[in-house]
Amino acid sequence: MISFIITTVICFITYLLLTTGSGTDVWIWSYEEILIGIILSLITGFIARNVFVKNNLRMLNPIRWLIFLVYVIGPFFVGMAKANIDVAYRVITGKIKPGIVRISPNLKTDLGITMLANSITLTPGTLSVDIDEDENDLYVHWINIKEEALKKKPVDYKYVCNGFPKWIRRIAE
Amino acid sequence: MIEFYNTLLVVLSLLLICILMAIIRIILGPTAPDRVVGLDTLNTIVVVGMVIFGAAYNLVIIVDVAIVYALLSFVSTLFIAKYLEGGRF
Amino acid sequence: MFDEIIYILLGIGVFFNILAGVGLLRFPDVYTRLHAGTKCTTFGSIFICGSVILVALKMWYQGGAEESVLALHTAIALIAILITNPTGAHAIARAAYRSGVKPAAAVVDDLKNKGRRKK
Repeated sequence: MISFIITTVICFITYLLLTTGSGTDVWIWSYEEILIGIILSLITGFIARNVFVKNNLRMLNPIRWLIFLVYVIGPFFVGMAKANIDVAYRVITGKIKPGIVRISPNLKTDLGITMLANSITLTPGTLSVDIDEDENDLYVHWINIKEEALKKKPVDYKYVCNGFPKWIRRIAE
Repeated sequence: MIEFYNTLLVVLSLLLICILMAIIRIILGPTAPDRVVGLDTLNTIVVVGMVIFGAAYNLVIIVDVAIVYALLSFVSTLFIAKYLEGGRF
Repeated sequence: MFDEIIYILLGIGVFFNILAGVGLLRFPDVYTRLHAGTKCTTFGSIFICGSVILVALKMWYQGGAEESVLALHTAIALIAILITNPTGAHAIARAAYRSGVKPAAAVVDDLKNKGRRKK
């Protein structure tokens, strides 16, 4: 029941964002758009109630959203800028040394693993390829392998994604 | 017709060069995943091009089309990937 | 001053998008092409959508009414790109590995041992 309500409310907010400026009845929305929005988000919430929320309500805490925003604007964006300059260097010179390594970031929730995999894909020289669902380990394609990282297996995650698991543990667990 | 009309159209024509390069990769690509990579890149650039087109002509409806195109191309990419894996639907 | 920021953002975005195209043509195998095709287009999209948002906000400030809607919808399109692009890249990479494409000139390949250890 609670997952149905959360999904419906999020759908309704998205619908309202997409239909701003449709009228002047209720601030900047018209009655028709609000009525259709309520009906459609009830249907969507009923269909997707078991997909979107999985008996785990800690993302409702606004402090986690604040940490998420700080994370995206701060370390994530800096890492992304570095990644693109790195890829630009590799495109122009053509120096690559690729390989697939295994890292174990010790995250437990699905949301955390998803966020880490997306962060890894967008940050310097790495791309998540596969996932070990039993131990939540990630297989990462690395475009320029450092020799000293290969001595220990599984590879220490500090070489691949410096400090991101710490932030994600604070957000999602 | 807005102040930045000419600049935005120049940007749009430069994006067409990127689309051309992605199409060359789709034609040349030795394996099927190469072609899917080209298609994915092409989809992203088309979405950005639609956003710029909507801004240049000041039409919000084209940006809406861009949002729907981004989500649908994501779904199609996932389905092609599932097909290449050999999984059942 | 405001106009120059918009031009600079558009220039950076187009540069990275063209770099993505060049990388697609230059790199040797699927995974390295995914590096170019995902990171560079996402980064370029952030800058181009940001400059479009600035253009819309400037027109809104000068007295337009519809342009705030343009800025909001561009932001939603940007969020859609940001969420879907790395996920799609991950799906393609996994599909490529499972369909038998091995990384070219790989120094190390840990994924080869995955199925064997489980049994």
